[in-house]
Amino acid sequence: MRLLCPNCGERDVREFYYQSTAGALIRPDLDAGEVVWDNYLHNRDNPAGKTEDLWYHEAGCNAWIVVIRNTVSHEVLDAELAADKRRDTEAKK
Amino acid sequence: MRFSGFGILKQGLTGNKGWTAHWRNQKPKEAYDVVIIGGGGHGLATAYYLAKNHGLNNIAVLEKGHLGGGNIGRNTTIVRANYMMPGNSEFYSHSLKLWEGMEQDLNFNTMHSQRGQVALFHSEAQRDTAVRRANAIINQGDDAELLSKGQLRKMLPYLNYDSARFPIYGGIIQKRAGTARHDAVAWGYARGADSRGVDLIQNCEVTGIDIQSGQVKSVQTTQGAIWAKKVAIVVAGRSSLVAGMAGMRLPIESHVLQAFVTEGLKACVDKVISFGMGHFYISQSDKGGLVFGGNLDYYSSYASRGNLPMKEHVMEAAMALMPMIGKAKVLRSWGGIMDMTPDGSPIIDKTDVDGLYLNCGWCYGGFKAVPGSGYSFAHLIATDNHHGPAAGFRLDRFRTGYGLMDEEGTGAQHNLH
Amino acid sequence: MRLDKKSLVDPNTPIKFQFDGVSMSGFAGDTLASALLANDVRLVARSFKYHRPRGIMSAGSEEANALVTVGFGSQQEPNIRATQLEIYDGLEVFSQNCWPSLKWDLLALNDLAAPFLTAGFYYKTFMWPKSFWEKIYEPMIRKAAGLGRLSGQANRDRYEKAFAFCDLLVIGGGPTGLIAALQAGRAGLSVILADEDYRFGGSLNAETAHIGDVYADQWVDSIVQELSDLPNVQLMTRTTITGAYDQGTFGALERVSKHLAFPSKELPVECFWRIVAKRSILASGALERFIAFPNNDRPGIMTASAVRTFINRYAVSPGRSVAIFANNDGAQQTVIDLQAAGVQIAAYVDARLDAGISGDFPIYRGAEVCDTSGRLGLEGITVRHAGGEINIAADCLAVSGGWNPTLHLSCHMNGQPYWSRHLLSFLPTQNAIPGMLYAGSVAGHMSTRACLQSGVDKACSIIKDLGKLATALMIPDAENYPYEIQAIWSVSPKGKQRSWLDFQNDVTVKDVMQSVAENYRTVEHMKRYTTQGMAPDQGKNSNVTSLAVLADATGKGIPEAGTTTFRPPFSPVSIAAMGSQGQDKGFAPERFGSTHQAILDRGAPMIEVGLWYRPSYFPRPNEKTWRQSCDREVMMVRENVGVCDVSTLGKIDIKGPDSGHLLDLVYTNKFSSLSVGKVRYGLMLREDGHVMDDGTTARLDQEHFLMTTTTAAASLVMRHLDYLHQCLHPEWDVSFASVTEHWTQFSIAGPKTRDLLNGLLDQSINNEGWPFMTCGQVNILGISGWLFRISFSGELGFELAVPSRYGDNLFRILSARAEELGGCCYGMEALNVLRIEKGFITHAEIDGRVTAFDLGMERMVNQTKDCIGKAASQRPGLNDVDRPQLVGIKPVVSVKQLTAGAHLFTLQDPAERIYDQGHVTSVAYSPTFGCFYGLAFLKNGSERYGEQIRMVDHVRDIEAICEVVPPIGFDPEGRRARA
Repeated sequence: MRLLCPNCGERDVREFYYQSTAGALIRPDLDAGEVVWDNYLHNRDNPAGKTEDLWYHEAGCNAWIVVIRNTVSHEVLDAELAADKRRDTEAKK
Repeated sequence: MRFSGFGILKQGLTGNKGWTAHWRNQKPKEAYDVVIIGGGGHGLATAYYLAKNHGLNNIAVLEKGHLGGGNIGRNTTIVRANYMMPGNSEFYSHSLKLWEGMEQDLNFNTMHSQRGQVALFHSEAQRDTAVRRANAIINQGDDAELLSKGQLRKMLPYLNYDSARFPIYGGIIQKRAGTARHDAVAWGYARGADSRGVDLIQNCEVTGIDIQSGQVKSVQTTQGAIWAKKVAIVVAGRSSLVAGMAGMRLPIESHVLQAFVTEGLKACVDKVISFGMGHFYISQSDKGGLVFGGNLDYYSSYASRGNLPMKEHVMEAAMALMPMIGKAKVLRSWGGIMDMTPDGSPIIDKTDVDGLYLNCGWCYGGFKAVPGSGYSFAHLIATDNHHGPAAGFRLDRFRTGYGLMDEEGTGAQHNLH
Repeated sequence: MRLDKKSLVDPNTPIKFQFDGVSMSGFAGDTLASALLANDVRLVARSFKYHRPRGIMSAGSEEANALVTVGFGSQQEPNIRATQLEIYDGLEVFSQNCWPSLKWDLLALNDLAAPFLTAGFYYKTFMWPKSFWEKIYEPMIRKAAGLGRLSGQANRDRYEKAFAFCDLLVIGGGPTGLIAALQAGRAGLSVILADEDYRFGGSLNAETAHIGDVYADQWVDSIVQELSDLPNVQLMTRTTITGAYDQGTFGALERVSKHLAFPSKELPVECFWRIVAKRSILASGALERFIAFPNNDRPGIMTASAVRTFINRYAVSPGRSVAIFANNDGAQQTVIDLQAAGVQIAAYVDARLDAGISGDFPIYRGAEVCDTSGRLGLEGITVRHAGGEINIAADCLAVSGGWNPTLHLSCHMNGQPYWSRHLLSFLPTQNAIPGMLYAGSVAGHMSTRACLQSGVDKACSIIKDLGKLATALMIPDAENYPYEIQAIWSVSPKGKQRSWLDFQNDVTVKDVMQSVAENYRTVEHMKRYTTQGMAPDQGKNSNVTSLAVLADATGKGIPEAGTTTFRPPFSPVSIAAMGSQGQDKGFAPERFGSTHQAILDRGAPMIEVGLWYRPSYFPRPNEKTWRQSCDREVMMVRENVGVCDVSTLGKIDIKGPDSGHLLDLVYTNKFSSLSVGKVRYGLMLREDGHVMDDGTTARLDQEHFLMTTTTAAASLVMRHLDYLHQCLHPEWDVSFASVTEHWTQFSIAGPKTRDLLNGLLDQSINNEGWPFMTCGQVNILGISGWLFRISFSGELGFELAVPSRYGDNLFRILSARAEELGGCCYGMEALNVLRIEKGFITHAEIDGRVTAFDLGMERMVNQTKDCIGKAASQRPGLNDVDRPQLVGIKPVVSVKQLTAGAHLFTLQDPAERIYDQGHVTSVAYSPTFGCFYGLAFLKNGSERYGEQIRMVDHVRDIEAICEVVPPIGFDPEGRRARA
């Protein structure tokens, strides 16, 4: 498997560390309550199909990236820097 | 048809013409007391114990593909009861006891073999953790023994003791652990359930779950709607998708786990061996193939196939631990989809929907759990009370923080367990 | 029998080898299979279950029968296909799965018991009495099971792995692959052409045909010559593409030196390649399949194309009188070639009534072979035809049941092939592997001409797709016969006759029928119940035929019956090749500190700490045990001074105006308020509220911090900081870098620490100028470094950091000075004792399941700010009083030892799970206290100081009554560290 790093281009998956869904970028407030935090920490959409997840180019440029990927075909559709994605999300608030 | 030595003899002498179907091919009826979604090991065992222990017989098992076609059809067949955390400990202990009586109970040889499992450790810190676990196993009433490096040398002379990157300090053996013929477990439970009147329905995919006023009413399937008083979801690998039909969002992420088998070899690995540094485990099947596996591929997936990095890592671990198998050739590799939970432990629980029950989250430890899981899940479905040994597998433990069973101590990141 | 004819072996280079101790000879270019046949050896192996005599049934890697063992000692390699093994001088080969000999095999008795050993018999028997399964039956089965034998010795051979990248990977170097590679190579694509054979040419190597106006082998040579002259083309023979993976990644196994009698030491045996290709062409050809007729497994029965290969490529006739049994036109070429070679044709049997063939040999149309004879090799066949049955003497039977495209790779990403009613075979589904096109006979083109055309077409399409210009090559004249086939899968048996499907696993048509009768009717059930297709050939020879039999028995069509999934590898791959970097020290990187040599020079044994090596203890001449050294080191630190390299702790340099914000988020306690020149201990949680790591962080300047992590969590914390910054707060102006390896850091601890430092530093150190938890820049012997007044031992102590290039020298100087002051260097053992006495935690305590509450550090979670893990740490279950909490334990009477991993119980309860009170995490013999001392987690422990508790270690058989004490056992007020 090869992933697209926005900084480095297409790279072998072995250079990357995987960490679950890109939903992690939308962190609840401290006082959001047990249910919201439970959902954030533990529950997952876990789609069979298109998903957005977080990867870290650990053996590369150290960028955290959001990869849009298909969990059934393993097709990599797109990738962007997590920092950019987070900035966009914040800007839209 | 009950199997016996005489029966084999008689069939052999009469041209094997008298063998009959191990289960019937059923079309769904209009309504059932219990509909079990998922005809894998856990679903079939649940049906079996519902019929056997609770006297229910108006039960259907709905299977999207063929019976036993899920993870029970592709795993490394290890059976053990060596868990440390309360909740897991008693459950796997109970499950192992059921394994020990399985063949006589089912009248089906699942080739359960208690050849012993050795878990190796490679530092003093690992030894202390292993001892903590071993003591927990004994506290539970199961067996574990500490082996010195010297004892290991005698027992497993082919491990790398002298030039390993991570030297072997010792190991823990559980003699009652071992392996079984995985497919046979599914078939044995299917046959047992069928003979007790359970309808096993293959090629029947559930496409919807109907709920009215908080009570489950029926399931929609590719073979039509089926009314059900109770519906049980037991679909490892698809749990999020099926539970999603009932509006639930589960604490599960699907991951691919690969496993490998070599060409047939004369017996050379007698025990199940686990490598503490490489996440590598191996045994040899009765047919002669070395069966081994490693860790997850580390990305969420429904693809039932893996990629090269983990394959290579597993082979490297094999060479690191037991370089005598270098010239064995891998014949086949496959990938199964694992329900990974935030603490690496499973869920057997009721849901917020009346009559809807959930059994999922077995991560990659589901095979050995099959009898215990079926037994406890059947108890929950039939009585609405949690069964003692499985009472810790609550869905709400993540929300409350009570009773987390994080055996690896890696925390709420699903793929790290 | 060797023929005197043109071939691809070199009769001028004879080669001597041995089979089962018998010397034989062959020619360069021979495989073991062709050489054995040349020596009239037909019996080569025994089958898996019934130990039936078996010979050679193919001429390629798909061979299911002729598996042999090669070599001795650690080089012994089982299960090698005779059809792939190139002979070399001195080669020694052994038959396998037989005892006492290949000819007289005791377990051939199994064949007599066959009626009782049918499909699934295991599952119905061996259950009475219960205890016999593991004591008698299973050991018996295991003894009989398996094919070849491993040596039991560690691998000593060299294996390698490599990466390669290309625009186009062409899989298969037959006519299709060759012309496709040429087309792409001329267009300037970077091309890899791989073939599992040692010679390119594929099916052409077995043919006498012409291509254009030259012999096929000359055409092959000319193309290969041009390809090898193209710098952008890489030719890989003896290379099997084993698997297709995501994003154009392929696995490949190259057999580098297995064919050499005296390989140079630099050459690996095999190399496992990871090939990344933008596009690929599957030109893997097709495999001829068998027909399931009674007793179709005898030595001498092989595919028609194998017969042709042996005759044309190797100049060997597999028999003196050869019969042919076919259902398609393809086998006619075999007849022509046999005749050309002067081999007698015993009979031509064709299932088709209208088979168009003529010749001066018996021809049976609309007929079938319905039995064979010959115990250790074929002697005759029985033909059933319109006029009845006739016995015909033959010592070789060439069978053609049609062709199965070698489409396995197309299924590696879950693609399902589709059924062609015209070809009576499965064909690969388009787009099953992204970027892969199919060309040649794998795509159903059955003539050489059509194969060449499709090779050119597919290559041109890829060239254009990659934005280059393509001018299609002229297709040379080549064989262009039509292909007709009529379905015949099995021949009805009479009585107890068995017809084999899977030769290797001894699966017969009857087994499939029985599995259907028992309702194992789906293809996956049938496969698993009968073991059809699970042998080393992975069903390449038999799956399609068995499917047809299954479809027939269940009344379905073949497409409805479905297929099983082909999984990687395409053909078996040795673990040594794929795992080549793992053996011995290669399994993981080794990290050596700058003081490694200096420590070794002091005779310290090193132990693995993660990837690092650290000294366990520093023995002195009079010391016999590690404990003596350790105790002495501990006391020297407590009384004088000790030096320890602590560089493996993670060090992260953090700079920027938002550094404080980052630290406030990552630590439970506050760091933005820390003054410049001060150091603070910090606790980090995971977002799920459990403790991740701890360590000290120093404020070196207003916008400059230096964080330390534990050795184990160094990379994890680095990743975590990157996560917090990039994923949660990209707006923060902060940057950081791991400087773990840039600085060598020494802990200097003990009452005489200042005596040791003063004189080395450019300034004098005193308690007023350098109070506890301060830091600053210093100059030591002319080198600029950092000094931190922190302590992991509980003593007055400093940590001194210098650039790593000075580490070795400084260690030697510091050690010498320590010794002058009555101190020493100390290792991990002493470091551990010192910290346990002080109740300082490591990852033995913070094992991923503990909370700040469990550690008694809940007050460190700052109430005025958010931090990672704070919300989740407030869950009720993480603050329950019944949770195990950190305590110290001291034996109440003298005991042999305390042990980590032991569990705790009250004095009256039995040592059972339901009474479990906690467990011991760390223990040490404390020379300071003169007894053992341990750290433990005990339910509600902070409320139980003074209580007596029972420590039980079942597996070490140790029990001890202990008193529960506060975890900080030594100097609880911390006076010494502040002195």
